[in-house]
Amino acid sequence: MHSFGYRANALLTFAVTILALMCAMASVSDNFNTPTPSAQVQVLNINWFQKQPNGNDEVSMTMNISADLQSLFTWNTKQVFVFLAAEYETPKNSLNQISLWDGIIPSKEHAKFWIHTSNKYRFIDQGSNLRGKEYNLTMHWHVMPKTGKMFADKIVMPGYRLPQEYR
Amino acid sequence: MIVTSALIIWKALMCITGSESPVVVVLSESMEPGFKRGDILFLHMNRDPIRAGEIVVFNVDGREIPIVHRVIMVHDRKDTGEVDVLTKGDKNDVDDRLLYVHGQLWLQRHHVMGRAVGFLPYVGWVTIIMTEKPIIKYILISALGLLVITSKD
Repeated sequence: MHSFGYRANALLTFAVTILALMCAMASVSDNFNTPTPSAQVQVLNINWFQKQPNGNDEVSMTMNISADLQSLFTWNTKQVFVFLAAEYETPKNSLNQISLWDGIIPSKEHAKFWIHTSNKYRFIDQGSNLRGKEYNLTMHWHVMPKTGKMFADKIVMPGYRLPQEYR
Repeated sequence: MIVTSALIIWKALMCITGSESPVVVVLSESMEPGFKRGDILFLHMNRDPIRAGEIVVFNVDGREIPIVHRVIMVHDRKDTGEVDVLTKGDKNDVDDRLLYVHGQLWLQRHHVMGRAVGFLPYVGWVTIIMTEKPIIKYILISALGLLVITSKD
């Protein structure tokens, strides 16, 4: 009952239990945060808009992306993965989500940003449906904590439209 | 008793999360800095549609080890309800088409084993060490077996 082995076992079990409790409490504390992020995107230019040889439309565009995601950060936050997606409907697909740009925000100081960029990933439709197409730009974020449960949310920005003609 | 308890816990976790593999260990660096080698991911699989930004665990035909990457493109079919998904590791420069079966451009729902909902850092190192250094695994199992046999309880 009082051998070294039993005492070591009890101590280790207690330590691991306390550690697990601390991780759980750290994760739960994130629920008390009420974030109020904001984001804005301007499409400055359509650089390239063509139909590929295989029949799919492809677009390249230049955008100003600005956002303030500082309120997403708590003491348990390791990073925030943020990305901008174009979302639209076509006759064949009820939802198309195409990531145009993404970034990793490592700290609160970097969470208020303004960037000028062309789309990082190719904006390619599954088909030839993009001429004159209205679409949403949606800023998504994915909060990755130091430990525990991950959160995700988004801001939908409607009202963008692609040109009627290829260029 | 110990083995049975572990098995029951695992099966219960499978039921609760709806995934055949409720916990996975991160083995590579493709999702750094978010996930590092040795992190443990908790998975969940339900009928919710797969959406861009989610971190999914998927199987590629012909590969034994599932891959944990992030969804960057989704096409949701109207007629069939099928979904075409493209993934990418956060740290990688290119998408995952090179990892898929040759000629395959998209993942479908049946490739996806679960999506990540939470994680714990460092806990998975035990698994990695045992996988990469089998001698340590055998020593550990022998020691535990000996302990059980010689226990006076």
